[in-house]
Amino acid sequence: MSDRSKLLEVSVWRGTGDEGAYETFQVPARDNQTVLDVVSWIQQSADPSLTYRYACRVGMCGSCAMMVNGVPRWTCRTHVKRVLRDGALQVGPLRNLPVIKDLAADMDPFFDKWIRAGGVHRPSRSRNDPIQQVPPDDPGRVEANKGIECINCSVCYAACDTVAGNPDYLGPAALQRAWTLYNDAKVEDRQAVLDSVSGAGGCHNCHSQGSCTRFCPNELDPLSAIAGLKRASARSFFRRGE
Amino acid sequence: MMLKAHRNHPLWLAYMLHRLSGLALALFLPVHFHVLSLALTRPESLDRFLGLADNPGVKLAEFGLVFLLAVHFFGGLRLLALEFLPWSARQKTLAAASIAGAFLISGAFLLQAV
Amino acid sequence: MLNIRLYMAQRLSAMVMAPLVLGHIAVMIYAVQGGLSTAEILGRTQGSVWWFLFYGSFVLAVSVHAAIGLRVILHEMTGLRGRWLEVFTCGIGVLLLIMGARAVLAVTFA
Ligand code: FES
Repeated sequence: MSDRSKLLEVSVWRGTGDEGAYETFQVPARDNQTVLDVVSWIQQSADPSLTYRYACRVGMCGSCAMMVNGVPRWTCRTHVKRVLRDGALQVGPLRNLPVIKDLAADMDPFFDKWIRAGGVHRPSRSRNDPIQQVPPDDPGRVEANKGIECINCSVCYAACDTVAGNPDYLGPAALQRAWTLYNDAKVEDRQAVLDSVSGAGGCHNCHSQGSCTRFCPNELDPLSAIAGLKRASARSFFRRGE
Repeated sequence: MMLKAHRNHPLWLAYMLHRLSGLALALFLPVHFHVLSLALTRPESLDRFLGLADNPGVKLAEFGLVFLLAVHFFGGLRLLALEFLPWSARQKTLAAASIAGAFLISGAFLLQAV
Repeated sequence: MLNIRLYMAQRLSAMVMAPLVLGHIAVMIYAVQGGLSTAEILGRTQGSVWWFLFYGSFVLAVSVHAAIGLRVILHEMTGLRGRWLEVFTCGIGVLLLIMGARAVLAVTFA
């Protein structure tokens, strides 16, 4: 068992909207403890008014992402031991999104952009048609598979400085979604996918900083997906002559 | 200035280097163009200006400019490869390493020759 | 603040410049040996169609490339958008083009 007397120094963002400040709490250290456990302990044992968000606790729902010591992480699968700096922890709401209260960021812009990037599936067959067979080793399917484990946690979106500088930019998650659709045999209008990511906030704004790929908790690679979109749209640019 | 934690990795630093070198080159260009066009209007002041090149400070600045150009050039090649060549990460590393190697060897040769 | 057209202009101008930059660096290394002088530079470049084409295409490509690059930096640093951002981009491009054309003419014609 752990040394019960050991305490963690945890500063947590408190506030609504644009205003707020970090507040420090002493939290008992445990042998096995995630950042989400720490936040929950504060809410349950120190200050019940602390607002934060989680659901599954096992890295599937994507609702628990926060800034931990300046880096976006899924808190339910982040062990305190791995991120502790001199016995201290700083937890804040996700970057690049408006704050609702305390640690809960407003995810609306993130999902709005997901939709703007064409993230909604538009079926090419109706229920009366036979089900389309997709061979698992089809190259397009292999490429699409690389991106489908996205849990919409917005860690990549918070990590990206291009999002920070350019509010129109769709961001890594939405663009990676567009890339999987582009490679999906069941999507008929590929050009429509490319068109929705070729406007003013589209994939061409990416500066290949690679923070998305570096911090994705599911080890996906939005950087390469966006490069794929750039390549595909450049090809169609030459084909169509515009 | 401390680097923010989410920026502390090689690709982000490469991005910043590319941006800063590009910005510096873009600011330098008008000066460069202006000085050269002196050849047309006032050749004697261009000569006086070029005479400055023996000054060690100016030498250093010259080196800085060539360095910026080289940095932006290789950073640009890296981006073009990243965006337009559907290679695996390993292939890209190998390609970058061989280009850097070739540059090192030819650079060393040049220093010998000059 | 790039759509596909600006992006392609940026990347294509970069591809045009790649060999030109190498050539320019080589010329610089060659030229600075033994110091620089107006006579030496002009002796090499004046009246040469090749140098005119070489540096002419360089100026053309760099004007496009730098204008778009500065546009992106300006937008991301200040949030400037809309018509003034377009004015800025075109302004920088035209300014560099004019100054660059003067420089090329000065060293190749006259
Ligand atoms: S709580 Fe569901 S991913 Fe963390």
